Amino acid sequence: MKITEKLALDAFKNDKDTHITLDQKICHTCKERFCIYACPANLYSLNEKGEMGVEFAGCLECGTCQIACIYGSVKWEYPRSGFGVQYRFG
Amino acid sequence: MDKVDVIIAGGGLAGLSCAYELADSGMTVIVLERGDFSGSKNVTGGRIYLAPLRNYLPDLWKAAPLERHVTKEFITLLGDNNSTTFEFYGDRFNREPYPSYTILRAKFDRWLADLVSEKGVFVIPQKNVKGLIKEGEKVVGVKTEDEEIGADCVVAADGILSFLAEKAGLRQPFKPQHFALGFKEVIALNSNIIEDRFRLGEKEGAAQLFVGTLTKGIMGGGFLYTNQESLSLGIVVGIHSLNQREPREEVYKFLDEFKDRPEIKNLTKGGEVIEYSAHLISEGGIHNKPKVYGDGILITGDAAGLGLNMLVTVRGMEYAMVSGVLAGRTIKMAKEKNDFSASTLAYYEKLLNESFILKEMSNYQKTLSILENERLFSTYPQAISDLFEKVMRVDENPKESLYKTVSQELKKNFFNLQTFKDWLQFRKI
Repeated sequence: MKITEKLALDAFKNDKDTHITLDQKICHTCKERFCIYACPANLYSLNEKGEMGVEFAGCLECGTCQIACIYGSVKWEYPRSGFGVQYRFG
Repeated sequence: MDKVDVIIAGGGLAGLSCAYELADSGMTVIVLERGDFSGSKNVTGGRIYLAPLRNYLPDLWKAAPLERHVTKEFITLLGDNNSTTFEFYGDRFNREPYPSYTILRAKFDRWLADLVSEKGVFVIPQKNVKGLIKEGEKVVGVKTEDEEIGADCVVAADGILSFLAEKAGLRQPFKPQHFALGFKEVIALNSNIIEDRFRLGEKEGAAQLFVGTLTKGIMGGGFLYTNQESLSLGIVVGIHSLNQREPREEVYKFLDEFKDRPEIKNLTKGGEVIEYSAHLISEGGIHNKPKVYGDGILITGDAAGLGLNMLVTVRGMEYAMVSGVLAGRTIKMAKEKNDFSASTLAYYEKLLNESFILKEMSNYQKTLSILENERLFSTYPQAISDLFEKVMRVDENPKESLYKTVSQELKKNFFNLQTFKDWLQFRKI
């Protein structure tokens, strides 16, 4: 089962604005890319220009990226009230 | 600015338990929950241990929507292509009052929120607390996205990432060493099939832990819990340990590989994945606990770093509920004195220190350092399973005596200086 198929099982209410912002200056100097390996939803990837991007719409709201990124690039806050993942089992 | 007596930020187990304790106090209490309903942002492995909770919340459990009471414990040591499982059953686990249950949080928290509402507390969903209102050092209220609300006391029950504890200046900066990531699938399966597969009676449950090659040397393990009509199957990994691992590999793939193991495949066969979720786990231990009180504010549950990896189980939910109750008791006492300053609210820390929570966290304070030992998650589970494989296997060659087989394996894998050093370490557990 692909990770995108798993995420499709969850109930999301997506906001138009992201709740995760990255400091590209910091990302540019990062070699390890902790975020890519740690995100359980596989939302982090590099674009063709080599910039780090995050697909906030499938966020499981665990906050792991913010902890794993020891360089402090990931600014993470809760999605606005009424948005984000809505677990039905948890 | 509207004003109430108590604002509880976060309608999870800590916040709702605090609200429950305060429900008949005559105070105006509101719970602000960021999700659509309590539980909608919450995840557990999981199981909850009721024995320590019954002293604090005796009346809660009869009608509580819990899943199955756990009567069977399995511990599985996974090698690369073999495994050894220990199975434990106890009559004591199968006698009322049952000591532990499997649980799904979206169901349980929602029920608890309804119960607390019936008792007169206002539980307001879709209210994300964005910040604190302070007068000098004293917390006098909270800011949501669209309003400011004042209170004599604010309870930060806003979970493991507690932005409120940070804003109150009570929390240290995050470190990967102090957190683990848990992620899981909920797999729907008919209750008869669950009972047959795990050899359980009606409403009885099983808890299975896995340690070994599934986490590829990373601190952590796998878990499987039987719910009434589903399985919770997942993995926990330490974030620091994950960051250190070479070669790099995306952690979400670990669960797919785990599910592909024959040991798991046969348990989940015919099941349908119905949810995928993830949550952080607090593993900072007693030394990294934030200060749990300030002027006009108390910190509870995950927000206060109240979580513990006990190696054979991870604790957090009981700590959340009991810390909520203790915060409630502190607030009642402060109300009588009409003084919500830090010196009065310090009573909460005293209550926490006297409770089982801080005693357990103290008893297990050295476990974290032992968990950094990679061999615990790779070498030893593999070696034990290899030993059993050698003992059980019959091939074309004449079989060696049992004693010789066992002693050769033990010599190879266990009788060395490294294992001896590890053993000395493990005594601290």
